[in-house]
Amino acid sequence: MANVMLEVNELSTKYITRFQEDVYAVDKVSIKVEEGKSLGIAGESGCGKSTLALSLMGYYFPPLHYMGGDIIINGNKISGLDPDHVRKTVLGKEIAYIPQAAMNALNPTRKIIHFIEDVILEHEMYVTKKDIYERAKKLFETLGLPPEVLQKYPVELSGGMKQRTVIAISVLLLPKVLIADEPSSALDVTSQKMVIKMMKHLMDAGFISSMIFITHELPLLYNVVDDIMVMYAGQIVEKGSSHEMVFDPIHPYSKGLMGSIIVPEEGLRDVKLTAIPGVPPNLKKPPSGCRFAERCKYVRPECRVTSVPLREAGDGRVYRCIIPETELRENYAREEQKK
Amino acid sequence: MTLEKKLYLSAKGVSKVFGFGNQKTVAVDNVDLDLYEGEVVSIVGESGSGKTTLSKILLGLINQTEGDIYFQGVKRDISSHAKKREYWKNIQAIFQDPFSSYNTFNKIDTVLLDCINMRGGKYFPREKKIELMKEACSFVNLKFEELTNKYPFELSGGQMQRLMIARIFLLKPKILLADEPTSMIDACSRATILDELMHLRKEIGMTIIFITHDIGLAYYVSDKVCIMEKGRFVETGTADSVILTPHHAYTKRLINDVPKIHEEWDLTTV
Repeated sequence: MANVMLEVNELSTKYITRFQEDVYAVDKVSIKVEEGKSLGIAGESGCGKSTLALSLMGYYFPPLHYMGGDIIINGNKISGLDPDHVRKTVLGKEIAYIPQAAMNALNPTRKIIHFIEDVILEHEMYVTKKDIYERAKKLFETLGLPPEVLQKYPVELSGGMKQRTVIAISVLLLPKVLIADEPSSALDVTSQKMVIKMMKHLMDAGFISSMIFITHELPLLYNVVDDIMVMYAGQIVEKGSSHEMVFDPIHPYSKGLMGSIIVPEEGLRDVKLTAIPGVPPNLKKPPSGCRFAERCKYVRPECRVTSVPLREAGDGRVYRCIIPETELRENYAREEQKK
Repeated sequence: MTLEKKLYLSAKGVSKVFGFGNQKTVAVDNVDLDLYEGEVVSIVGESGSGKTTLSKILLGLINQTEGDIYFQGVKRDISSHAKKREYWKNIQAIFQDPFSSYNTFNKIDTVLLDCINMRGGKYFPREKKIELMKEACSFVNLKFEELTNKYPFELSGGQMQRLMIARIFLLKPKILLADEPTSMIDACSRATILDELMHLRKEIGMTIIFITHDIGLAYYVSDKVCIMEKGRFVETGTADSVILTPHHAYTKRLINDVPKIHEEWDLTTV
């Protein structure tokens, strides 16, 4: 069995709003990512994908608060440590994070090389600026970015180039796990492809050992990652290999998500996109039963009573539904026939 | 079928040049566009191909360097602010970035109330206004109770964009210019939004100009697709003919760059 790079056990975090209300954004999430594998997280907006990514870093700042659970990276537990300690020893070295609007994170008044100097000087003492420049140049060349970028200001770069620069900066200290939160949304298709190619290259060339990729673009996720995890209202609702998840989802929510895929392939115009009606529940007061019950087509009275545990479906596949797998599949088959 | 469709908006030889001398950039280069009633036309291109500049010209936010724009057969006159306001009653837009589309100091109720006022509902009783706002919110899958008394920054990007479409629902313009409206919305609500937009289009006969870089989306929604490269239309035609049997090399490359699920995605071509 391959070395487990990232292991998360029942991690729970919450937001405390300015009115002192608790919002339970991540609820007992367990993840295991092996070395050399990538995990994709899919889900609607507001279902806790980005909060999970923030929580995974072990660096909590208000309004986000840690509630419980363990985060273990390559055998080292990083949850529950002092935030300042986490910032200096864990972030960047063990785990790196690319935020959603990464390209806006660059200060317009500073050159790219200054950001790199900042990152390296914070973690390593006694490095000369010349050494840093040589190191950065080498890294940029390996990643296929022109080294002239280093002497430019962010405004001189295109969106795709800025995004790739930010990714390159995030892997400077060779982190073990890279968390990419929508790295390619807001980019056009060609830049998106370049960003994805670079991230794949990072994995192959050994800059990072594992990757967590968050996006709602399912065709992209399908092409990039090995496993897909679907989140809903702060919980995992289904997990499986990317091929199984796209072509054969079990949970009604995943089924709905997969029905909204748009790709320029023949026959798309005849397919009616399935939209899931309604909105995700308010996580200030999460429902006591199944969180998807309000929007589910196959809802039963017992769904609303007790919370639903994750069920095994073979081959490491799990799903969170009261209705057994076979019965759900029968329902889907019946609907297909009706069409 | 001999039923003739009404020509709503047409652009004849429109060009836009920024700067001069060495700095000269031709953003839009001699573009012809005809838009008929009830049609959905997609303009597809990479970033930097001039899509947004063209949309701004059509909206009347910037002036074209050359060429004319005809609205309902008459040459468009937006020389004064009052005339512009009159023009904007017929054409409305949804922009790419919902975060910068709202006035940060106004609450969401104000945003929706402004739309009601603009459509002549200024002296409606309070209950009627609230009812209209509720209707608009439920149209885009939002709960009005959760939105009221909030500021735009308290919403997520998807919610903001949906609120933008709620505005369009209240304003009921003749032409809607959607500039990458779903690039910041997740895939699940994107389906809802597209369905609702198409429903709205049927209901009030709205014409939609869809500006996008997502070629799959363009294929799904539109009747006509225009592929734009460096300010020019390189390929124009019905959605099926352009997307399924592309002729121009640029179109082929664009389609090749989109991740697909039934075919292998070739990463080596970039």
